[in-house]
Amino acid sequence: MSIKERMSGNEAVSYAIRQINPDVMPAFPITPSTEIPQMVSTFAANGQVDTEFIPVESEHSAMSAAIGAEAAGARTMTATSSVGLALMWEELLLAASNRLPLALALVNRTLSGPININCDHSDGMGARDTGWIQIYAENNQEAYDNFIQAFPIAENPSVHLPIMICQDGFITSHAVENIELLEDEPVKKFVGEYNPEEFLLNPGKPIAVGPYSVSNYAMEAKKNQEDAMENAKEVILEVAKKFYKMSGRKYGLFEEYRTKDADYIMLIMGSAAGTAKEAVDELREKGMKAGVLKLRVFRPFPEKEIAEALKNCKAAAIMDRCESYNGNGGPLGSEVTAGLYRNKVIIETVNYIYGLAGRDFTVDHAKQIFDELAGLVEEGKEVMQHQYIGLRK
Amino acid sequence: MSDYSLKTMMNKKERLAPGHRMCAGCGATIAVRAVLRGLHEEDQAVIGNATGCLEVSSFMYPFTAWEDSYIHNAFENAGATLSGVEAAYKVLKKKGKLGEEDTFKFITFGGDGGTYDIGFQSLSGAMERGHDMVYVCYDNGAYMNTGIQRSSATPIYADTTTTPVGSRSNGKMQNRKDLASIIADHDVPYVAQTTFTSDFKDIHRKSEKAIYTEGAAFLNVMAPCPRGWRYDTPDIMNICKLAVETCYWPLFEVEHGKWTLSYEPKKKLPIEDFLRPQGRFKHLFKPGNEDLIVQFQKEVDRRWEDLLYKCNR
Repeated sequence: MSIKERMSGNEAVSYAIRQINPDVMPAFPITPSTEIPQMVSTFAANGQVDTEFIPVESEHSAMSAAIGAEAAGARTMTATSSVGLALMWEELLLAASNRLPLALALVNRTLSGPININCDHSDGMGARDTGWIQIYAENNQEAYDNFIQAFPIAENPSVHLPIMICQDGFITSHAVENIELLEDEPVKKFVGEYNPEEFLLNPGKPIAVGPYSVSNYAMEAKKNQEDAMENAKEVILEVAKKFYKMSGRKYGLFEEYRTKDADYIMLIMGSAAGTAKEAVDELREKGMKAGVLKLRVFRPFPEKEIAEALKNCKAAAIMDRCESYNGNGGPLGSEVTAGLYRNKVIIETVNYIYGLAGRDFTVDHAKQIFDELAGLVEEGKEVMQHQYIGLRK
Repeated sequence: MSDYSLKTMMNKKERLAPGHRMCAGCGATIAVRAVLRGLHEEDQAVIGNATGCLEVSSFMYPFTAWEDSYIHNAFENAGATLSGVEAAYKVLKKKGKLGEEDTFKFITFGGDGGTYDIGFQSLSGAMERGHDMVYVCYDNGAYMNTGIQRSSATPIYADTTTTPVGSRSNGKMQNRKDLASIIADHDVPYVAQTTFTSDFKDIHRKSEKAIYTEGAAFLNVMAPCPRGWRYDTPDIMNICKLAVETCYWPLFEVEHGKWTLSYEPKKKLPIEDFLRPQGRFKHLFKPGNEDLIVQFQKEVDRRWEDLLYKCNR
């Protein structure tokens, strides 16, 4: 039986955390993720969870303590946003390289500066090469569902990597929407008990974690870590299948919305996908074959699958809610086009930067982008390959 | 403790195995072995370690010198890392995943770089939160692992590679930070300062007390570095003795805010006795630099008087 409720993204993720009942949660408050540690510490204060909540003095210490707890044998998670994630950066690398299946609820907020509390994906994108699995949500429902799938993915023996479950700051984290929640028992059964093979607190079986490694060994460790990330793709799909059986809600590496016969596809991630779908519906009414590819799994990057999904369209808009400052475009702009080329899919693409630091992205913006793609293909109009949407003139 | 004997202690099973790659005569490993002898043999431990000489030399993949579970995370977060381990212990006990008989103690080691400086925030946080752990600083007064750069634990006028003595420099310009006092002001149950005495009783007693006092404890152990201090390596015990007898490194403990002096020299030796055998202070003995030694002595005296005041009030 599903439970129909209304709640914000932060409430939804906290609800999932209560159901999962993790062992340890070190956290430091930062807008807009602050509510998550607040709610979990309230659950702990009321005896609704067994979680040891550690109110650390910084995000760096949050991830450091999380690493200690997870290595010790406890199922561990934390939450953060923006510069909080940036402060964790060194520790993100260590969580992944020590192969610790931690979970992190990331509520996406722009990186400073200027300091700004609103949404873009620069925090998550800034951590894109730290070795964490990254899954993005369109709304509160997906944030909730993704979080329930987090530990079964991360703790799978062929993966053993940390996982970031991302939702858009304020747009998803604070907006109250309808949601279908699962009952506690099936969630607990789905997530299961955490029984690591090796851990610091294993009586009589000591281990050592975090070695110095000379060049003769370190490269193999890095390759093993990359192999684990490659394995994660299959595991994410297996866990999604099991989740579908429990919930009736289907998840994949990405969602394809009206793309089957589409001439023009917008590839987008996070809450703005809803806006893009609305634009597609309106354009379809007028006869344009438009579609949306909403990327859910950014790490591991499903390059082949994206190329396959885009190969029959005439042009794709690659939407980045983040600037790379590399002079050529955003992270998706770079990775998607590289993937298309490697898979010999030669279509027109344009990389749009939108919604930085909470700038609105509207249905009209999305429609203009589809019109521009059509102009490029059908009338041979010149289009800037790397451009900003909704910028003040 | 009345039955303490060094010989008995030295027969305890070592928890840091030989064969690690630390320098011969290094103070850090002497400190580690002495502290770990404070553990009761039936108890298990998780040892934390900040990045530094000790870490890179004792756990070089695929070998480890540690008999207990051990975690190195990074340079600046030994306090936070062990906080997480200790929290995990609490919850695994609560959930019955660890048995009644499975007792673990939590001890973390950091050099003065990882403790006084880059790891100061993480240490302060762990102490304030009151995790049941012991943070042990092996203080050798500089960043030795990267090649003898100054730290906030480096004494004034020391010649280091970032405070080099030159025609316009007499070495480090600032006095050292008094970390034991700062941690005592965190109002933790137990703080002690110690080093190696001839019978190792002081460090043993304080280690055992720190490990078996419930809550956060901090040990500041002066652990000389023959390379950084430039004394004749076999002289380490004499260097430690001079540090104590000159009152450069007083032995004391602070239990719940109550300060106690562990040892008072019968005749306080002049600071020159401690400085003279060390190459890092060689320039202080050049003609014309007499005033620098006077200044050094003044600061040692001031701190000693302050300590006596704290212990007698």
